[in-house]
Amino acid sequence: MDQLISLVQAAIAFGTVIMFGATGEILTEKSGSLNLGVPGIMYLGGIASLASSFAYEQACKSAGTAPSGFLLVVIPMICAFLAAAMGGLLFSFLTVTLRANQNVTGLTLTIFAAGLANLFGGSLNKFAGGVGQIRVAATSTLYRDKFLDFIPLPEVVNKFLFNYGFMVYLAVLIAIAVHLYLNKTTSGMNLRAIGESPATADAAGINVIGHKYLAACMGAGISGLGGLYYVMDYTKGTWANDGTIESLGWLAVALVIFSTWKPVRSIWGSYLFGLVYWIFLYIGLSRRAQEIFRMLPYVVTILVLIFVSMRKRKEDQPPESLGQAYFREDR
Amino acid sequence: MTDITKRFGDVYANRNVCLNIYKGEILSLLGENGSGKTTLMNMLSGIYFPDSGSIEVNGVPVVIKSPKDAFALHIGMIHQHFKLIDVFTAAENVLLGINGKLKDAKDGIKQICDKYGFAVESDKKVYEMSVSEKQTLEIVKVLYRGADILILDEPTAVLTPQETEKLFSVMRAMKADGKSVVIITHKLHEVLDISDRVAVLRKGEYIGDVNTGDTDAQSLSNMMVGRSVSLNIERPIVEKTTTRLKVEHLSVRDNLGVLRLDDVSFDAFGGEILGIAGITGSGQKELLEAIAGLQAAEKRSSIIYMDPKTGMEEQLCGKNPQQIYSMGVGFAFVPEDRLGMGLVGSMDIPDNMLLRSYLDGKSGFVNMKKPKELASQVVDELGVVTPNLKTQVSKLSGGNVQKVLVGREIAGDPALLMTAYAVRGLDINTSMAIYQLLNEQKKKGTAVIYVGEDLDVLLELCDRIMVLCSGRVSGIVDGRAATKEQIGLMMTSIGGTDKND
Repeated sequence: MDQLISLVQAAIAFGTVIMFGATGEILTEKSGSLNLGVPGIMYLGGIASLASSFAYEQACKSAGTAPSGFLLVVIPMICAFLAAAMGGLLFSFLTVTLRANQNVTGLTLTIFAAGLANLFGGSLNKFAGGVGQIRVAATSTLYRDKFLDFIPLPEVVNKFLFNYGFMVYLAVLIAIAVHLYLNKTTSGMNLRAIGESPATADAAGINVIGHKYLAACMGAGISGLGGLYYVMDYTKGTWANDGTIESLGWLAVALVIFSTWKPVRSIWGSYLFGLVYWIFLYIGLSRRAQEIFRMLPYVVTILVLIFVSMRKRKEDQPPESLGQAYFREDR
Repeated sequence: MTDITKRFGDVYANRNVCLNIYKGEILSLLGENGSGKTTLMNMLSGIYFPDSGSIEVNGVPVVIKSPKDAFALHIGMIHQHFKLIDVFTAAENVLLGINGKLKDAKDGIKQICDKYGFAVESDKKVYEMSVSEKQTLEIVKVLYRGADILILDEPTAVLTPQETEKLFSVMRAMKADGKSVVIITHKLHEVLDISDRVAVLRKGEYIGDVNTGDTDAQSLSNMMVGRSVSLNIERPIVEKTTTRLKVEHLSVRDNLGVLRLDDVSFDAFGGEILGIAGITGSGQKELLEAIAGLQAAEKRSSIIYMDPKTGMEEQLCGKNPQQIYSMGVGFAFVPEDRLGMGLVGSMDIPDNMLLRSYLDGKSGFVNMKKPKELASQVVDELGVVTPNLKTQVSKLSGGNVQKVLVGREIAGDPALLMTAYAVRGLDINTSMAIYQLLNEQKKKGTAVIYVGEDLDVLLELCDRIMVLCSGRVSGIVDGRAATKEQIGLMMTSIGGTDKND
């Protein structure tokens, strides 16, 4: 039982990182923009949250005042969202306004942002005294506070459901909110129309460019929260130069495909990815076999792709115009 | 519209065009492909913005910057390529871009449908709709937005004669309702049938307008082309020779397992043009591709090619194009998708000529001499307009691309020539030239298979016409005796009877 609980906990923590990434990317892709910069954007979110909370904690320390709990939570969150949204803005400017190739732009964004984040991560470590020294303990503690633990339920249930910081629940809420936005609001419907056929949406009087910018920036912002969660909760407020965020970012992209562009499916999909990713720890495997098991999320994604393309259900297909630039006077 | 000019790069799509549209009339906008009809109307509907010139609606000067502005002025356009979202329902498509409740939209759709006698299912997804249902939905969408000026861009291109007639009666109903209707077309008989007035464009310039009652097909086509053209397609009488192709029980499934061709049997003879008619997607593509070895056929299918010289019979079923080629089967294929299947757009003319013969060489190196000779021969004989032989094929106009393709295919003196929509998108002159080429092949004794969409042309050009209806042979009729109505009925129901209803 203990093993199962710790596996589920690991899976949910892992899943939350990629759920943020995937939810944001779904929002972006529904507008027809294929932003392969998700890993980079998650890096931006991560480093911005770390740098801002570090600055705030240091400022409080040197002023000799106790940091405000509210600001400890809100400052890194806003900074992560804004930094990531800037990544989305850059992507939109290049691909929507200048009509650059989306694949190339996205990949470049990933390389650029990963480098940028690690540069700042290294500098922060230096500020803090050396490699691996950066630590924003106060902020991280708040992010990891099990605020739902008080609910009087059997201990086992509590361990399964309420053993997490608030970001875990926020990820689910945002995924549901994006689902409602896409499917229940006029603006969401317009966005989906643009993703399917921008020319049609344009002819119907929808502001194509505005929606694409908005979707890419909001989507990137949400993806960036994945980076924030990774830094504050997953690695407990530290910075490591090991490229894990990037590999998680690619898993988020895989999750978008796995969930066939549906945010609600990405909720359980992300936890499933977490389960198959960590299961090797609990079935006693050699190191070599572990590496094979870590491929499982990708294998599952490929299987889903095959299954979906065999079924050919229109609703499960990617947005029709995904990856294509739009220019009204194109002929 | 006054002095409208629109350029794309160095090319004038419209040059100082002045056009009036009156209330309560049906105006035909007539012109050859590329004459700027659609561009002009796109400037009314806000898709393009004119480089210069002015637009007035009801006497008030207006600036139409986007489709939204056009709606506000009650201008609505039904584009040739439908502007519908496949995965949305009818009602959602109608609501697109205007904030409103789904329920109101459904009520509105119902009202419009009752008024004009449409049938639209609000909850049906667009990808489940037939072409004519989609078109109806487009019209409803525009009417729902309160359009008083409706522009229809080539609306009949995809419809059967019966559906076209229905559309025309809707257009008349809208006219009676006081709306202005503009129909863009290059089909003369439709112009004469439906419109009150005709405005003609040629190479982006406005030629003039005439009342439909005061004109006829010949003078309209002269206005359209700029000089006198013959509208009669020749049908030389040629003695039928031997059977070239014997197709029996041919069935083809697509990769989803849907039966696309169902038990098709027919013969094609040398010295005749066999027309193939049918609504788009009735199995025409599959038929030609099965013969060319590009599609696998079901069991029991048999495609026998009979060589006119040796009298040998060859089974083509189960062979791929390369095997068929190496068997020495003399056929040529002009596919529907010229730059996708027929030619490589980014290569020049000699390179494209080479594509047909590169297997012939024995050494590992490419011999460009013959392709070059063939290329210049085709360019000379068919009058391909190109700066030089080295021009990329994709930079040529549609008509010239088709000439290059047809020229290459007939260069090998085929015994069997298959063409799919050979004149789609071509202007009258080029179309006539293509018909001429097909007739020459027929006179040489070639068996020509001509898949077409324009029934008037099929009836004038072909000796026999095979009509396909959802993958089955609805019947084979004599091109000299059949009527358009008869073929239209056969296109929608097997044998032309209404037993499916």
